[in-house]
Amino acid sequence: MRKRIRAAAACAALLVLSTTLPAARTSDGAAPEAQIGIEHFAFRPETLTVPAGTRITWVNRDEELHTVTSSAGAFASAGLEKGETFAYTFAAPGAYAYFCALHPYMKSTITVK
Amino acid sequence: MADIDRRGFLECMAWVGTGIVWTAAGGVLSSRTLAHAGEASAGDFSFVQISDTHVGFKGEANPDATATLREAIAKINALPTPPAFVLHTGDLTHGQKPGAFDSVAEILKSVRAERVFYIPGEHDVFLDGGKEYLGRYGAGTVDGRGWQSFDYRGVHFVGLVNVLSYKASGLGGLGEEQLEWLEKDVQRLPSSAPLVVFTHVPLWALYPKWGWATADGERAIGYLKRFGSVTVLNGHIHQAMQKVEGTVTFHAAMSTAFPQPAPGTAPGPGPMKVPEDRLRGLLGLREVGFVEGRSPLAVVDRTLAS
Repeated sequence: MRKRIRAAAACAALLVLSTTLPAARTSDGAAPEAQIGIEHFAFRPETLTVPAGTRITWVNRDEELHTVTSSAGAFASAGLEKGETFAYTFAAPGAYAYFCALHPYMKSTITVK
Repeated sequence: MADIDRRGFLECMAWVGTGIVWTAAGGVLSSRTLAHAGEASAGDFSFVQISDTHVGFKGEANPDATATLREAIAKINALPTPPAFVLHTGDLTHGQKPGAFDSVAEILKSVRAERVFYIPGEHDVFLDGGKEYLGRYGAGTVDGRGWQSFDYRGVHFVGLVNVLSYKASGLGGLGEEQLEWLEKDVQRLPSSAPLVVFTHVPLWALYPKWGWATADGERAIGYLKRFGSVTVLNGHIHQAMQKVEGTVTFHAAMSTAFPQPAPGTAPGPGPMKVPEDRLRGLLGLREVGFVEGRSPLAVVDRTLAS
């Protein structure tokens, strides 16, 4: 029984690990947007592929402070309290690795195509 | 860095206690001397460790973290043996909130001790790489960089900074320069000198998965192993936990602000909400006593509820 629950949890985890956004613009012609949740000391989805020009908003749902900090220095949020957000628009294609400066084992990558 | 498995973790947990913990370092229970201050000889003294005051924290885990810090100070001021000094093992502030360092300085003015020694936690340095912290507390430390050592009544104290290279490795880190300094600093001492090392992130691999370890901590411990009595004090994990490795005893301290879950018992570390009547049983301070001629130091964790 426990094994089955664990397997189900693993499957559920896989579902949120990676997401690819469609390249199409929204119907009103505005730049595409995406949201990443910071929850239970993890960025969800863990990896994300978006078209160039996407504005990504992170929202912290943990009671602990977290940051969204680019490994290459492209962007850096302040400490985000629960409910606070940080947004960045990814203009150029590339892979953008980032982490939380307070909990550096929280790592993720945005792929911009 | 060796990873910790569940079994190893449970072995660590065997050292865990809540409430008042009387630790027998090296098999000698010497904590009773604290209760008999009248018998103390001239060389005896005690000091206090506080940690993770997180001034500026507001959340469900503790609606008023400055109030619990004030309670901790009241406990210190009421100790039967006044401490010679206080060590603050980091995370003075909660994420360098504006004005938080000023509040820390203001609140700690009321502590009845000769002096407070500080080392930073990652919350004190992550925004500006330590600029504000070192501007306030760098004076008197090695090249103004935060690490330091001093002697007090025959005991050698070493404060290490292991949060400035936090980003790169995901773990605490001391760095080459600080390690070289440490090696030289303790080289001149006889092996019989009692050592107290204080730092923020655990020096030993307590739970690397949550960043509760120092990447190059083993090298530092290597420089300390020849000494007959080494007491390593840290904060960061917001709970009392001990481990003995030969003559080296490791002690993680409680926070005065909020508790954190035991390793592996939650999806991640961070403020842990407990029923209000339990909170003060999980926050506290630590008293450490030194008795001349007796090498193990007596380490007593006192909760705010006790």
